[in-house]
Amino acid sequence: MTDSPARNRPARLGSGRVALTGSLRRKLVLQFLAVAAVVAVALFFAVRVTADRAAEAAQDAVLGAATIALSEGLRAEEDGLDLDLPPTTFSMLSAMGEDRVFYRVTLGSDTVTGYGDLPLPATLPPGALPEFYDASYLDTPLRLAAVTRSMLVDGRQVTALAVLGQTRFGQRAIADSIARRAALLGVGFFLLAVPLSLWAARSILGPVGRVTEAVARRGPHDLRPVNQSVPRELGPLIGALNGFILRLRGALSRTETFIAEAAHHIRTPLSTVRTEAEIALRQTQEEPTRVRLRSVIRSVEESSRSAGQLLEHALVLYRTDRVDRSEFDLAAVVTALVEAFRPTAELRDIALALDLRAGEVPVIGDRLMIEAALRNLVDNAIKYSDADGTVDVGLTVADGSAQVTVSDRGRGLGGASLADLATRFRRGGNVTDVVGSGLGLTIVTEVAEASGGRFSLSPRDGGGTCAVFSLPLR
Amino acid sequence: MRRLFPALALTLFCLCLQSLAARAFEIEDRIRLGAEGGAVLSILSTTDITAAEPLLRAFLEQRPDLAVDYIVASANSIHQAIAEERLAYDLVISSAMDLQIKLANDGFALSQPDAAEVAGLPHWAHWRDLVFGFALEPVVIVASASAFDPGHLPRTRRDLIDALREDPERFRGRIGTYDPAASGAGYLFATQDAGFGNAFWRLAEVMGRLDARLYCCSGDMIDDLATERLLVAYNVVGSYALVSSAKGSDLIIIPPEDFTLLLIRTALVPKTAARPDLGTAFLEFLLSPAGQASLKGTPGMTPVRDATADLPSSARTIRLDPGLLANLDRVRKSAFLVEWTAAMTQP
Repeated sequence: MTDSPARNRPARLGSGRVALTGSLRRKLVLQFLAVAAVVAVALFFAVRVTADRAAEAAQDAVLGAATIALSEGLRAEEDGLDLDLPPTTFSMLSAMGEDRVFYRVTLGSDTVTGYGDLPLPATLPPGALPEFYDASYLDTPLRLAAVTRSMLVDGRQVTALAVLGQTRFGQRAIADSIARRAALLGVGFFLLAVPLSLWAARSILGPVGRVTEAVARRGPHDLRPVNQSVPRELGPLIGALNGFILRLRGALSRTETFIAEAAHHIRTPLSTVRTEAEIALRQTQEEPTRVRLRSVIRSVEESSRSAGQLLEHALVLYRTDRVDRSEFDLAAVVTALVEAFRPTAELRDIALALDLRAGEVPVIGDRLMIEAALRNLVDNAIKYSDADGTVDVGLTVADGSAQVTVSDRGRGLGGASLADLATRFRRGGNVTDVVGSGLGLTIVTEVAEASGGRFSLSPRDGGGTCAVFSLPLR
Repeated sequence: MRRLFPALALTLFCLCLQSLAARAFEIEDRIRLGAEGGAVLSILSTTDITAAEPLLRAFLEQRPDLAVDYIVASANSIHQAIAEERLAYDLVISSAMDLQIKLANDGFALSQPDAAEVAGLPHWAHWRDLVFGFALEPVVIVASASAFDPGHLPRTRRDLIDALREDPERFRGRIGTYDPAASGAGYLFATQDAGFGNAFWRLAEVMGRLDARLYCCSGDMIDDLATERLLVAYNVVGSYALVSSAKGSDLIIIPPEDFTLLLIRTALVPKTAARPDLGTAFLEFLLSPAGQASLKGTPGMTPVRDATADLPSSARTIRLDPGLLANLDRVRKSAFLVEWTAAMTQP
């Protein structure tokens, strides 16, 4: 039971430590086995007791018949009592297990024949039916039967009593043999119960495993309710889980909405401040004031950009929750994007080269999100390129996926890894002189994950950075 | 049980006689063989020394460290010695199967849990792990050579009755049989005969009318046949007759074709044994291939291991089970003996 789901799955989920109190499956198996053991033992005793009784009843029937035969062999003759005793009376008793046989015949209070000290029944049996009793004789336990008969001897009515006893070796042998079989039956039943209870426990706990699997397989932003069909007993648990997911989603959504609104509310006054500052810059000739105003404009630009990216990030998060997939042509999107950036690039004397090898590249995904990701990539490339540099944008199709490559000859990654740079508000160590929020690569990474694609960032041969964003083809 | 039934008083009288007889445990013969000073195995047996000696010597060859004290007594004496006097003997060998069963049934035999298994005896040849049969012997009619015309030998009991009736003067006083009152084996044969039909009682009447002589033992009958004091002996243990005819006496052995009783010679280790281990050792020897092989040397004895080999088809083996106790019932026994006496003493 080392593969117990309760023990391993949480660890795989990476959800930290879970306090485990034993295994349900082991408990179930042990309880099944305990029940099986009780049933097996009960079966053994039931078979044994029944068999003992049956064997005793059968032996008693033979003993009773032999005793009646013995009593019927008694004959009152004119001058006494005669006993007609066929040898088969005794042979029959000994047939089953070679039992020892003892008998006694009394007339009134005199023992006529047989073993004179053989124990008599406590009370004289009333009728022709034999009375059975147990007694010890010659240090041997005996089963005895007694029958009375009323006889006329010498003109007097007297009661004759015939007692026949036998050892029960035969009965014990039969009972022992049946007990052995009963024990085998019980052990067999129990052995059969072991795989059955393992199977039963596995099948009962199966749904728990399936739900766990389904939840564990989800992406990091997948907050849909669990809609797996589960047994009635798991219903409340899944209900509670779904309620929890709903609350979590609500909280997340409120946070993102708050951020988006905050960004929006900041951006509008910021652009007013910027316009005012630019007008003031144009109107003043005093150099110290102009320097200050330029610094204000630069800071406002930075804040506005950050607010814009916050808004974009909130959008991406919002849309990954309810992915709005549609089919569109990635080549067209890339072309439109490059054209939109061309004026900005020219302003800084940066060449934007577009390399479209494939014709139409149909992909499925959330078009707005993918546009936002690509926009951030191209924007970054332009931002970190020096004047007179070139930014290459390419679109290729390989191995069932479409790859958008954006490469520049800028300052590179400065040794930082993608995992570092994709963290919210984390920026490279070599970019302090460039305006940026630290959210751009975060957005790209999240879009790639939500669209089922991949994003990588690597140093370019000969200096600069190469960003590759790939999407699965339709 | 056909004519006269005993009175209760007579029964009690017989019992008194029996208990008086019980005082007289008589040793008929005795031999001591084997090493001086060794452990002594004492055997109480009905088989006479001549028949038993080869067997004893074969055993002593295997166990040269032992001595054997072999005592011959009648079956009734043996029963009294063990059951009433509780004498210490290590093994009891007897041809009186009923008395052996009674000893075992009444708890005077030591159980030999392994013996039946070790020896692999057939079921009919032992009773529980107490009484073990080691040899079968037919009970036969023996006639002297001059008793019948050649070609007119009686082949059944009915033939014998007819032959006796045809020539009563020739056979008067010259027919012998066991005295069932004195001989345990004789009583066993008589009751078994009686159980197989009326021929026995008719034969008893005829023998009684011809003043049959009654014997204690087969050996005496054979001796008298050899000296022609007897012409016919009825119910003789086969081995004696065959041993005798092997010695050259001119006897005719007739296994009756209506039925031939087969006697099982049995052995048991009494509870009173001083050295039950020695008794068991001899019992195991009797049942072992070596012992069974040396039994073959005695004419008329068939080792139980190859029983059914050379037995007549009319053979009826006496059942070795408590059914034999029925005939030992004292009321029945005295009734039987009264009837026997009545048949023997014709008016």
